[in-house]
Amino acid sequence: MGAHGRRGPKRGRRVIDATGLELVAWAVREAMGEGSVRQTVFFRDQATLDVRPDDVHNVLGFLRDAADECFDVLASLHGCDYFPAEPRLAVHYQLLSTERRERLGVRTRLTVEQAETGGVPTVCDLFPTANFQEKEVFDFFGVRFEGHEDLRRLHMPEDYEGHPQRRDFPMGGEPVLYTFNEHKVPRWYE
Amino acid sequence: MSSPGLDTPYRRREESVTLERLEAPLAGTQVEPDAELFTINMGPHHPATHGVLRLLVTLDGEVVRDVTPLVGYVHTGIEKSCEDQQYWKVITFVERMDYLSYYFNAYAFCAAVERLLDEQVPARAQYLRVAHMELNRIASHLFWLGTSALDLGAVTVLWWALRDRDMVLDLFEMSGGQRLHPRYFQVGGVIEDIPPGWARKCLDFVAQMRTRIDEYEALLNENQIFLERLRGVGIVSKERLKQLGVTGPLLRASGDPWDLRKTMPYSTYEDFDFRIPVGTVGDHYDRYRVRIAELRESLRIIEQAVEGMPEGPFITTNRKVALPPRHELATSMEALIHHFKLVTEGFRVPPGEAYEAIESPRGELGCFVVADGSSKPARVHMRDPSFINLQCLHDMAEDELIADLIAGIAMLDPILGGIDR
Repeated sequence: MGAHGRRGPKRGRRVIDATGLELVAWAVREAMGEGSVRQTVFFRDQATLDVRPDDVHNVLGFLRDAADECFDVLASLHGCDYFPAEPRLAVHYQLLSTERRERLGVRTRLTVEQAETGGVPTVCDLFPTANFQEKEVFDFFGVRFEGHEDLRRLHMPEDYEGHPQRRDFPMGGEPVLYTFNEHKVPRWYE
Repeated sequence: MSSPGLDTPYRRREESVTLERLEAPLAGTQVEPDAELFTINMGPHHPATHGVLRLLVTLDGEVVRDVTPLVGYVHTGIEKSCEDQQYWKVITFVERMDYLSYYFNAYAFCAAVERLLDEQVPARAQYLRVAHMELNRIASHLFWLGTSALDLGAVTVLWWALRDRDMVLDLFEMSGGQRLHPRYFQVGGVIEDIPPGWARKCLDFVAQMRTRIDEYEALLNENQIFLERLRGVGIVSKERLKQLGVTGPLLRASGDPWDLRKTMPYSTYEDFDFRIPVGTVGDHYDRYRVRIAELRESLRIIEQAVEGMPEGPFITTNRKVALPPRHELATSMEALIHHFKLVTEGFRVPPGEAYEAIESPRGELGCFVVADGSSKPARVHMRDPSFINLQCLHDMAEDELIADLIAGIAMLDPILGGIDR
């Protein structure tokens, strides 16, 4: 009983378990080269591939189109900051196969420098849903997606400086900016 | 009509006032090279945008040629705030994201943390969660129904829907103490068992709601204005919707029976007998009918959950995660210590990350939690369905009339609190 007791392989449904994840990683390495998958993480029944930033587009394209994979939906794309670990920034892609009803996470880790110089390619051409979410990750973490046609701030004002979801960005105490006090509190976030 | 710029389909339509449907409707025609395009702002303060949504609309006469949603007007940095709160306090924050489906936000977060903790949730707690989530789905759909019908000019439905939504809020108040944002779900279960009389009242509501849905359908299903405004408008294919990541009633209305409650059951949804309504055309009318049908299915689930509610604890007995019951504090030193530790420091979660996706009234609601071993999460991200679904507004509204754009926003059911977070 309970949330985890009930979860488990159902008849006629292939679950990506620890072995299944290694098979996926093997297929990706076979197609993209040995160094493309840095690590596989299997934690609490959830599988994640850790891939090289340059290969993200190719790996996601492979997982979407290859005959054995068919992850047809990008359920979510989000950023994460693992500060103080290095490389500290990460972009997570949650893939979903509607045919097999299974999920696979793809994650890529980036240094701040890599992130700000466009070290990770956009996947908007593969999954149009990534458009807003890449903008959001750019806004909050400062990850520049190479090739994104309209990369600009989404939630924060366009003249905002800094990327607020980074772990070293201070929490709270942000003065409300009006036109009358704009010049008094420049770069207040430092 | 001699000057070339004036002989456009739009002008021709202007001059032919008729009640007949157009042979070749204006919508769907290509933009003419000499058309006079102009760009206007709709919102952020506009009653039809369901919140502070700003749309940059490029118009050719009354035809929408381009629409760009600009969001962020109610961005409050909840995800950032969550990183500074203990896990049990984060529930309060995430409930305020999508403010019409608070039980779903709380469930997604709690389930992600339970996965990280590898914590078992008692069956009774899961049944209580299912009952409350389905009640919340009904409340959310009723609010959508009322406001959408209002956008399309039907005022009565708003009063009726809000009247019935109040009955759901009464039930929430009875079980959780609050009408909105009750913080009823806890990591490991729910905060308190339902009070005596709740089940009876809930079943009464289910019985009453069935006739109320009949009344809504009698009002709207064959309403001429409603049909004219919705049928055949805003069709988007299911392939396109899947590319755009759109889920929930919008995807089901286009004929794809994808519902996480069935396809990847979480909580105890595999115990319940319910059906997934799907549309055939994928227009606004299907979106309306699918949601109304979902109301009936939710009622069935609530009935089964309340009647088949197993006995047992309503929250995990693991004292490292859940507060001990009040009476133990008077007799047990350990209980007092656990209580003190949980309230002051909170529980610690082993390092790891989890993505937990559930079916909210608007689609796939995913909660991504990263734990670093401390008592505060390192990252909480909500994959909010309103945010992703908003991307299909362009496909829905392009080359349609501006009045259909309003219908499109209504049928999209965006919650700006969830979009901006």
